[in-house]
Amino acid sequence: MLIIDCPWCGKRPEIEFRYGGEAHIARPADPSALTDQEWADFLYSRTNPKGLHAERWRHIHGCGRYFNAVRDTVSDFFVVTYKAGEARPDIGGDK
Amino acid sequence: MTNRFRTASGGRIDRTAPVTFRFDGTTYNGFKGDTLASALIANGVHLVGRSFKYHRPRGFLSAGSDEPNALVTVARDAARTAPNLRATQVELYDGLTAASQNRWPSLNFDAGAMNDLFSPFLPSGFYYKTFMWPAGAWKRFYEPKIRAMAGLGVAPTLPDPDRYTQNYAHCDVLVVGAGPAGLAAALAAAESGAKVILSDEQAEFGGSLLSETSAAIEGKPAAKWLAETLTNLEARDNVTLLTRTTAFGYFPHNLIALAERVTEHLAAPDPDLPRERLWQVRAKEVVLATGALERPLVFPDNDRPGVLLADSGRTYLNRYGVKPGERAVIFTACDAGYRTALDLATGGVTISAIADLRANLDGELPARALKAGIDVRPATVVTGTSGRLRVSSADLGKVKGGDVASPEKVACDVVLMSGGFTPSVHLFSQSRGKLAWDAASGAYLPGTSVERERSAGACRGVYGLQRVLEDGYAQGEAAAKASRDFASPSRGATPAPATSSRAFPAQADDLGTDGFIGATPHGRNPAFTKALVDWQNDVTSKDIKLATREGFRSIEHVKRYTTTGMATDQGKTSNMNALGIVSEALKEEVPKIGLTTFRPPFTPTTFGIFAGAARGDLLDPLRKTAIHDWAAEHGAAFEDVSMWKRAHYFPKAGEDMHAAVARECKAVRSSVGMFDASTLGKIEVVGPDAAEFMNRIYTNAWAKLEPGRLRYGVMLREDGFVMDDGVVGRLAADRFHVTTTTGGAPRVLAHMEDYLQTEWPDLDVWLTSTTEQWAVIAVQGQNARAVLQPLIEGIDLSKEAFPHMSVREGRICGVPTRLFSVSFTGELGFEVNVPAEYGRFVWEAIFAAGEPFGITPYGTETMHVLRAEKGYIIVGQETDGTATPDDVNLGWAVGKAKKDFVGKRSLARDSMSAPDRKQLVGLLTKEPAIVLEEGAQIVADPGAPVPVPMLGFVTSSYPSATLGRSIALAVIKGGRARIGETLFVAMPDRAIEVELVEPAFYDPKGERLNA
Repeated sequence: MLIIDCPWCGKRPEIEFRYGGEAHIARPADPSALTDQEWADFLYSRTNPKGLHAERWRHIHGCGRYFNAVRDTVSDFFVVTYKAGEARPDIGGDK
Repeated sequence: MTNRFRTASGGRIDRTAPVTFRFDGTTYNGFKGDTLASALIANGVHLVGRSFKYHRPRGFLSAGSDEPNALVTVARDAARTAPNLRATQVELYDGLTAASQNRWPSLNFDAGAMNDLFSPFLPSGFYYKTFMWPAGAWKRFYEPKIRAMAGLGVAPTLPDPDRYTQNYAHCDVLVVGAGPAGLAAALAAAESGAKVILSDEQAEFGGSLLSETSAAIEGKPAAKWLAETLTNLEARDNVTLLTRTTAFGYFPHNLIALAERVTEHLAAPDPDLPRERLWQVRAKEVVLATGALERPLVFPDNDRPGVLLADSGRTYLNRYGVKPGERAVIFTACDAGYRTALDLATGGVTISAIADLRANLDGELPARALKAGIDVRPATVVTGTSGRLRVSSADLGKVKGGDVASPEKVACDVVLMSGGFTPSVHLFSQSRGKLAWDAASGAYLPGTSVERERSAGACRGVYGLQRVLEDGYAQGEAAAKASRDFASPSRGATPAPATSSRAFPAQADDLGTDGFIGATPHGRNPAFTKALVDWQNDVTSKDIKLATREGFRSIEHVKRYTTTGMATDQGKTSNMNALGIVSEALKEEVPKIGLTTFRPPFTPTTFGIFAGAARGDLLDPLRKTAIHDWAAEHGAAFEDVSMWKRAHYFPKAGEDMHAAVARECKAVRSSVGMFDASTLGKIEVVGPDAAEFMNRIYTNAWAKLEPGRLRYGVMLREDGFVMDDGVVGRLAADRFHVTTTTGGAPRVLAHMEDYLQTEWPDLDVWLTSTTEQWAVIAVQGQNARAVLQPLIEGIDLSKEAFPHMSVREGRICGVPTRLFSVSFTGELGFEVNVPAEYGRFVWEAIFAAGEPFGITPYGTETMHVLRAEKGYIIVGQETDGTATPDDVNLGWAVGKAKKDFVGKRSLARDSMSAPDRKQLVGLLTKEPAIVLEEGAQIVADPGAPVPVPMLGFVTSSYPSATLGRSIALAVIKGGRARIGETLFVAMPDRAIEVELVEPAFYDPKGERLNA
């Protein structure tokens, strides 16, 4: 069971958290301006990289906050966690 | 009764504490400190089981947790019956009762042994090849027969009466294995002040030291050094010592699972103690000191009772004071065989011969054997053994350039074999560390680490007592230092090599690293030999060669096809030999073949330890409303709705569900009923931007909803499909009381939090779950107002002052309430929200006030029928995650003028308004008495050729007492345009004719709502 470093609470065991999908996919400001294809991409297209992956996690059985993390999908280990709204740290991997 | 094979003295057993036990109905004697295995061998019993597939007689192979053969059932009583325990690990206690497994009618005469004669027809993959015909016979005939014939012990059918507990623990350094390496590591870490846990699967700490009679450490006999070291460790507050504790699983970030057997070894366990205890240890650093396992040699008939591993034979003699036999033949590929031979000779066992696979014997141990006058035969193999239920002779043949000369029969009652040692890398492998092939020692050793761990001693290929002790001490020191520098649970790199700051001068036999992997030559026709590789799954060298001939090349495929290494022993003794055989057959080097992955558990683990206290009432959290006990006292039948217990219906004497629901429905339609709606999810949405937030989250328009009014809200996922619904009250400009479905409450709150936190953090809104704070009592029916009127203070209940879909704050029976005028039945209705702690009080007051009106409590089934009569949907019943609001007739709830809301853009896609989407309709069966089955498929022409086009399915179906007939809701392609048509509901035995109608069956104009 992984230890995940919640940016608000600190290190906690994995069972306190829930996965929230890929990070940094902002909801378009005006969805009606998007074509069907662009909207479908926003809804469904994800990078699914092998290696470093920026993703959303929620400390659901803790502070309840969503935050972002870069996790290595090969080793499953977290590389860094950071608060929602902050830019992805420059540590390589797919963007 | 004396133990014929017990030595006169020696061993770690307590000879002053004799113990009586039973095996297969016979009474035997042993001593405290014996295992079941050592006590049986002391009594001359070697036949303890029948093999899995061929029912071949089997004895002990080893003396530890790697034992594949000697699986027994130990029974204290009918419920406390544990099958498949390794007799080599079962500690003897007075009165222990054990039985052999997989034999009928008896161990000596087993009818299943016929399989051995038919074995030419049972090669690897025979299941797939043989039982193909006739179709259907596999399930009815072959599988039950095979399952009855092949197998392990039988699980008890009674509930487990014992307790199992679960502990969490944190430490700086966890040391797994308390042999010389582990003890030294624990000592080093403890001396540096680190918080240390030391665990070992055996009853005593010491590992290989427990079998040493001549070795010395720091000038003391090994046993004395061991005792002093343990005293030293026990005296330290920073050390936790766990015997009988198996580290069975290595999970990410150094979470190690330990199974402690607390009372298994006791004749009369203290009822206050748990039977087993699960330790979940989070360690900053881990030292693995799991030692090495001796490899068997793969030669014909190597599975006869009396053939065992050489070092295990030495353990039986030195640790338990038991001679494994009187005349021994040793077959070895390394010096371990000589060490055993010399110890056994000293212990009074005749050594008939030592057959050594090696041609050149230049070590110190062979020299000592020759000097002792033992018949040592270089370049010699065992080509077979004889004896029906116990080995009586071994055939020894000289190897000459790849051929084996005709063998000589040598009489013996025990054959001790050694193919060298395999480092026990199971836990390292579980930690996802990468193994590296070490050609020099012919073994896989820990390579690149992933976790914060390090291996010490034989499990990383370090042998020789002094080197092992010093390696253990060095790794312990390094681990303690690393734990002080601990910054993150993730390991950056493989630990650097460490050197010990302390010397451990020791005298002991040095065995070197010789060994053999694969099948030894025998010169016999392979068709008539069985050389076992995997004892527990009855896999022979022939099976593995057959698999390679049939084209299996990956070791992972060979493993699954032949089942080698797949038994409960996880291939501890078999994996390396199987690799060697595949390597030889494919003419590929061993590291090219690969190695199968080790998975938890290291040894089989009970279900009890995983369940812990989570059994019976504690299995799953149960949610009960404030009114639950009242419902139970009034005879309610309950149903599970997510984690809630909800009153399903309230049967009176002699009523079944159908009768009770019919009576409850009639009461609501004719007078008044009351319903516990407390399980509805409730979320308080508060803040200056609350209305804007609601606008974005729900399809509806909220801006113009005045405080004091309710609105039915529909929530979509971003993909445009209905996610949840519920009535929302606006209490003030900046405060909404949101309700959700019972099962959807956590999902809805998470959805709201997601958008609020990550998409619109600029909105000033607070979300609070209030599900548990409010008890909700629905009072429904034409007399609802009359019932509530006398109880209410501060709210004008008149139709004009408090119209349908309003909310008012006031008091009921003196208790603050948020009173909703709302209906899920189609009748005049109210929902009384009161603080949960007053729920039952108010419920009882309403019940009393309603008595003159015949107020009737009703359950969820009646609620379902009443809403279906009105065509109200239930999210999750009429919707399945692919329904748009329009599909279920909720298009009116979509605020089309709003610029945006979650899901709006998706609704604009063409396919979301296609005319052939499945749409909600009502169904009336031609035959009014027929109640359709929910989920049944709807077709236009049941006689159409298969596959018949499916138009939709039934979503809800009930008998309606009010209407005197059955009703149903369904979703049907283009359903709204087909209203008036006749279609068919396809059932296995018939097609039921149905007419499509508008989905409101009762009071379609809604006049009763505003009564």
